[in-house]
Amino acid sequence: MNTDIALWMVQDGVVTGAIYGLMALALVLVFAVTRVIFVPQGEFVSMAGLTLGTLQLGQTPGTVYLLVGGGLLVAAVEMVQAARLGLLRQRLPRLILAWIILPVAMAMLVVWLAPHKLGSWVEMALTLGLIVPVGPMLYRIAYRPLANASVLVLFIVSMAVHYALTGIELAMFGGEGLRTNAISDWVLGSGSMKIGAQSIWVVSASVACMVVLWFFFERSLYGKALRATAINRVGARLVGISTDLAGRTAFLLAAAIGALSGLLMSPITTVYFDSGLMIGLKGFVGAILGGMVSYPLAVLGAVGVGLLESFSSFWASAYKETIVFTLLIPVLLWRSLTARHLVAEDEEE
Amino acid sequence: MKAPPLLQATDLRVAYGKIEALYGVNLQVEPGSIVSVIGPNGAGKTTLLAALMGVLPLSGGRVEFAGRDVSKLSVEVRVAQGLSLVPERRELFGELSVEDNLRLGAFARLRRGERNAAGDLESIYARFPRLKDRRRQFAATLSGGERQMLAIGRALMARPKLLMLDEPSLGLAPLITREILHIVAELRDTGVAILLIEQNARAALQISDLGYVLETGEVALQGSATELANDPRVIESYLGLRSATPVAQT
Repeated sequence: MNTDIALWMVQDGVVTGAIYGLMALALVLVFAVTRVIFVPQGEFVSMAGLTLGTLQLGQTPGTVYLLVGGGLLVAAVEMVQAARLGLLRQRLPRLILAWIILPVAMAMLVVWLAPHKLGSWVEMALTLGLIVPVGPMLYRIAYRPLANASVLVLFIVSMAVHYALTGIELAMFGGEGLRTNAISDWVLGSGSMKIGAQSIWVVSASVACMVVLWFFFERSLYGKALRATAINRVGARLVGISTDLAGRTAFLLAAAIGALSGLLMSPITTVYFDSGLMIGLKGFVGAILGGMVSYPLAVLGAVGVGLLESFSSFWASAYKETIVFTLLIPVLLWRSLTARHLVAEDEEE
Repeated sequence: MKAPPLLQATDLRVAYGKIEALYGVNLQVEPGSIVSVIGPNGAGKTTLLAALMGVLPLSGGRVEFAGRDVSKLSVEVRVAQGLSLVPERRELFGELSVEDNLRLGAFARLRRGERNAAGDLESIYARFPRLKDRRRQFAATLSGGERQMLAIGRALMARPKLLMLDEPSLGLAPLITREILHIVAELRDTGVAILLIEQNARAALQISDLGYVLETGEVALQGSATELANDPRVIESYLGLRSATPVAQT
């Protein structure tokens, strides 16, 4: 291997590592706030890639049905709950606005604009508008009713949600893969040291996203409230931060991070309906390296996974997944030897 | 016509599975008063506060607060209506700074858009100067007394009408206990009603207006704090021979 190939592979590793890093951030966030190991995180990525691809073909993506259907389901669940508490009349107007009128309006906007092919930026905005609300909907339907269940039960729910979403994606987009147009197609550098514009987009957007998240958690009231919930759920409720609000916000962010990753990644790799799991799992390996609690370590771990994957696909491409997942064993051994107290805390709940 | 009580619990029942922890407790707190609940360990004192706050669901009875039935409302809504609990375990945010802990205490108010909530920080710091010195430190690094002050300060940031304190002196040195109870008495003078659970029955009754004795999930005795402090049964069971020893002993 010469320097050129090594540099090219480092570049490739950093770009995929940045995406895995975003996955890892979302996984740590969701786990810290809700104790959910969010296996379907990658599904937002594949869904965003496929939605953007469909829009670029000038067609209406199936995601509009998911959004409207999910909204109706949440509205139904909320109405039943409000009726049980005898608060139906008070809550009904807001429920209908948030879960029926807004999703339908968003879906109609997409149906109306899709055939006009208004360019990358508009199509990306529409994709975000379709996918981000699905995060809180998933929380409300699948996780909220079990908010006090054990980590294991929540994990099993995650597996179920993963299979359900993969099936829905197959129904919405079919088995064909899609690759979206690059945001811009210029290339930096020359000769053997070329950096594609999309690589720069991926890395800079990931870094920007991480900086925004940092400010959110360090400076904003809601960011602090999420951290407070992660640190002490009882304490958070006692100051008026509802577990429900924190959960919804965490899933909203996770969906936003996932959808953004999908927009960034789809011009580089062809996305299929079932691409999500692998992307999510690689992020998960990164998150494990950070112990599921540390954001910076999770990102570093994920970039490491990207690099490892890039180099192992050069030396032993048949084994590249094996190598990445084998890395988990020594890390988990080391973690379980050093972090006994984490288990104890979990049993307490 | 007497004004209605701030808090009225009627026939309050709580069960852990099939085991009943509270059997029909009736309790009232008038605005601007201190009410103590004393009783042996396992009598259901902590359960009582958790049920009033909504942390535990009721299996029967109801809780009215400020003239509204809050029995079915969530903890968060009760906080927004002016009910606050400082739990026995304090439940602070250990890896956030002291100041962030206090700010989050006003979460319900900030969420409603009350911008003056930040100004309350200064009044909390005036009451607890030690917290001001430690404002940038993680809450987890505080001493036991400071943690209790922070827990009370955080609860006050919500501007409660009724502050419920569960064993504020637990694990604290006598001197700090006295300081904390002194602050509790001061809070009453600012118009905050207090519902206090305290192992140190003597010290609690000294600052209280009314008292309840809770035994195995039921109210065994109730009356004014002076009545209770002189009741032979209370002296025997809860004040005991300590009546001869100094007040601050825990």
